[in-house]
Amino acid sequence: MIQQPYDVEVGAGTMHPETFLRVLGPDPYRVAYVQPSRRPADGRYGENPNRLFKHHQLQVILKPSPPDIQALYLNSLRAIGLDLAAHDVRFEEDNWESPTLGAWGMGWQVLLDGLEITQFTYFQQSGGIDLDPVPAELTYGLDRICAYLQGVDSVYDVRWSDDQSYAQVRLLEEQEFSAYNFEYADPVITRKLFELHEREAGDLLEAFERRAKGTGRRFPILGAYDHCLKCSHLFNLLDARGVISTTERAQLIGRIRQIACRVAVDFLAQQAEARSATAAGIAEVSL
Amino acid sequence: MKTRETTDFLFELGCEEIPAGMLPGAMKELKVILDKYLGAHNLTSGAHIEVYGSPRRLAASCETLKIKQPDEIKDITGPPKSVAYDASGRPTRAAESFAQKMNIPVDELSTVTTAKGEYLSARQVIRGRSAKEILEEVLPRTVAEIPWPRSMYWTGMSGLHFIRPIRWVVALLGGKPLKMVLGDASAGDRTSGHRFLGKSSVPVKNASDYVQKLKANYVLVRPEDRKKKIEGELRRLAAAQGLRIHEDANLMGMVTYLNEYPTAIMGGFNPSFLELPEEILVTVMRDHQKYFALERKNGTLAPNFLAVINLDQDKAGLIRAGHERVLRARFADARFFWETDQKCRLADYLPKLAAVTYQEKLGSYGEKVDRIRELARWLSEQWFASGISHASVGAADRAAELCKCDLVTEMVREFTELQGIVGGLYAKYQEEPEDVSVAVYDHYKPAGLEDAIPRNITGQAVSLADKFDSLVGCFSVGLIPSGSSDPFALRRAAIGIVKIILETKLPVSLSMSIGRAGRALGRGSRKIAVSQAVEKQVLEFLLDRARFVLKETAGFAYDEINAALSAGKDDLVDAVRRMEAVRTIRKTKNFEPLAVSFKRIQKILEKAGPEAAWKLAGVRSELFSEEAERDLHMRAAALTKEVDQQKRVGRYRDALQGIAGLRPAVDRFFEEVMVNAEDEQVRKNRLTLLSGLLSEFSTIADFSEIVTAEQGK
Repeated sequence: MIQQPYDVEVGAGTMHPETFLRVLGPDPYRVAYVQPSRRPADGRYGENPNRLFKHHQLQVILKPSPPDIQALYLNSLRAIGLDLAAHDVRFEEDNWESPTLGAWGMGWQVLLDGLEITQFTYFQQSGGIDLDPVPAELTYGLDRICAYLQGVDSVYDVRWSDDQSYAQVRLLEEQEFSAYNFEYADPVITRKLFELHEREAGDLLEAFERRAKGTGRRFPILGAYDHCLKCSHLFNLLDARGVISTTERAQLIGRIRQIACRVAVDFLAQQAEARSATAAGIAEVSL
Repeated sequence: MKTRETTDFLFELGCEEIPAGMLPGAMKELKVILDKYLGAHNLTSGAHIEVYGSPRRLAASCETLKIKQPDEIKDITGPPKSVAYDASGRPTRAAESFAQKMNIPVDELSTVTTAKGEYLSARQVIRGRSAKEILEEVLPRTVAEIPWPRSMYWTGMSGLHFIRPIRWVVALLGGKPLKMVLGDASAGDRTSGHRFLGKSSVPVKNASDYVQKLKANYVLVRPEDRKKKIEGELRRLAAAQGLRIHEDANLMGMVTYLNEYPTAIMGGFNPSFLELPEEILVTVMRDHQKYFALERKNGTLAPNFLAVINLDQDKAGLIRAGHERVLRARFADARFFWETDQKCRLADYLPKLAAVTYQEKLGSYGEKVDRIRELARWLSEQWFASGISHASVGAADRAAELCKCDLVTEMVREFTELQGIVGGLYAKYQEEPEDVSVAVYDHYKPAGLEDAIPRNITGQAVSLADKFDSLVGCFSVGLIPSGSSDPFALRRAAIGIVKIILETKLPVSLSMSIGRAGRALGRGSRKIAVSQAVEKQVLEFLLDRARFVLKETAGFAYDEINAALSAGKDDLVDAVRRMEAVRTIRKTKNFEPLAVSFKRIQKILEKAGPEAAWKLAGVRSELFSEEAERDLHMRAAALTKEVDQQKRVGRYRDALQGIAGLRPAVDRFFEEVMVNAEDEQVRKNRLTLLSGLLSEFSTIADFSEIVTAEQGK
């Protein structure tokens, strides 16, 4: 499957429902999509050659992970023109974890001549749920890879098109959002927004969890998840703004994780309901 | 020697990249587990198992493994001979059924004579199992038993758990593959070479073939071969530029296990980055990029680095260019942090510490800083009052105030291991007094037994204050280290306290410092009450670490340490002087016999029951009936004055020498005097004399702690 980016702010391609929800349950799935990812604390006012507030990930999920997954991955690098005998490509331990999503896995950061270009993870848990089969997640850092392929020192020098550079397309956005995230975002309003989204997500999930049996097939769990993503982004914003203490930080992460884990559990319950309904349908037809 | 009874064994787990930090431990464990299993099955009988490891493999071999277990002969005892044969000597039912059970003819039964009489005996030969059979059974178990901090599964939750997926397995006995499946990989005779330079399927026959074939396929499977290659190339490249390597043993270990075919290359960076402090540049290069920093002859940093790549060469120079580009971005980031942090002064970060939790019950770092300040001031005051004129209360207070501020800077958020150092650098840059900036820089020191202590007295005061606060605080809320769990590094803190006191010889009363730290906790906003029991616990914990440090660094014997500490444990510097005196004097002829006598005295007093039952207000000479007791009393009384005086001026060796001289009088006393005299008053008087002796002369060292030759036997 080739999918499109998700249109809610996310910190990583993992948060796209095509990953977060599809890795749950037993069904095999393979998907790839580009995901612009926003990380307020990584903003550098456009002054760092490869750290960005918003970068672009190519996210790939292979569920279950095939035994030759590393070879497949390396071939993807060859396919975009890298001569692997002329570069130092290595897999260095880096176990990925997203405390807000209740998700973690084991794997590596893939380094190309010392530059991190991909996060390679064997997913073990998502939304607090053990994953079986185990999906492999490949997250390519597109901006850096492009800079490398084009032989430029800074992502801002990347040719976005024949006549436009990355800087012409995106520099202003980086500058403005660095300023917004570090200086202008109003902590009181941001906190308020966080609470509103949290409440909406919580109300939705509670309604689903109290539904009459068999009535959940069209319930908007996805709506609740969107609000969960909003909370996650607003939390990152508060964090970049430097207005949360370490204790509060842990608490907020816990609150988001709680929503994410409920979404995962409820999503699986909804799937199970749909499956049994389909099975019943087939049974009726065959009668 | 290979014989017909032995053969060679090779086992390789082909993995996706194993974390470098875990490989050395995993190799060691693999050897231990194989030794255990193969030894238990009598397959090795002392033969050497060699282990190998590189990022994509963990392997072991044995050149002389037994082909099969030796047969085992066992004689099984049966029924008594008396019931096994009838009067005419013919076997009875008992003999027949025993023979049947043993599966041998009746006439092959023999008899054995035991203490209870004669019994039937049957010889049983237990055939040894083949190595093949045993290996196929124990190898999967071996793999499952290798411990990892955290393992993963890849073929589903019910599948194998390991550190990373296992993709191929070589298991050869005498050149033939064993039957075995691990995860989704079946054992065979094919290994895989270097990911980019070698062949992906390489047949191997045995251990030496394995090492050679891998080498031909660009894998140095022995870590020592890789290390040698790296070290040689680093030195050569550095020397060619007239530079030397900023030595880093940990980094060397890391790169040894990060590569299958390591090659060193040199790169450079813009010298303008050298404006940033060396500590930060070195940390960025080491921690983020695993590069070795380079120094000029005069010790300053050079704008070059050495990287270790996992290839045979950088043929087009692309790799060097890539690494240089990455480092440039990293340094740009460090410069960004530096400049952001300099927008305000270090002290301006202090209010933010209120929002950083040290420990839930103990509150924030802001609160901790208040307590550190109080303790550091108090320590400095004490030192100044005792004549140490360079102890400055003001400097200690300022350094304590600033010491944790860097925790909320961008630089330390990015490079946590630079805590303290960054604060020190900022303080210096912002022109705090040198005394203060050095103290902030050093105050986490020493990081362990080998590490140096803070360089100046201000740093020593802040470091002690911080560590006493951590110890007393954590103990008071129940965070007491146990086994391997010590999340607040309290053992390290205790060792730090001991090392600082011993190396500086500063006067520090352990009990008063603990008490003071307890009071600071009680006065703080959380009003944490520290009980006397907790204070005692902390003291014992500290003394335990002190015993360890004194044994490791000064080489004192445990009994010397215990003897000195039980005579007085509040002042470690003084205790060490007393330990030294004990160590010198214990070799003289009177000392150990006297120690034996003191132990005897202690036992007699214990037997006599509570002091109230026998102790007199003082020794009464009119109750003496023997010359020996009168003599002992007189000598002891005279000696007491002498010893007191020597003790006051710290002449412990002379004092101990004097006490040891009491031995003939003590010996004579025990030869000629019966302590348990019939006359109750006489008995009490003798007990009082002995107890006086013990308490007067145990204030330098408790002789009864000394392990004497007699006990040692």
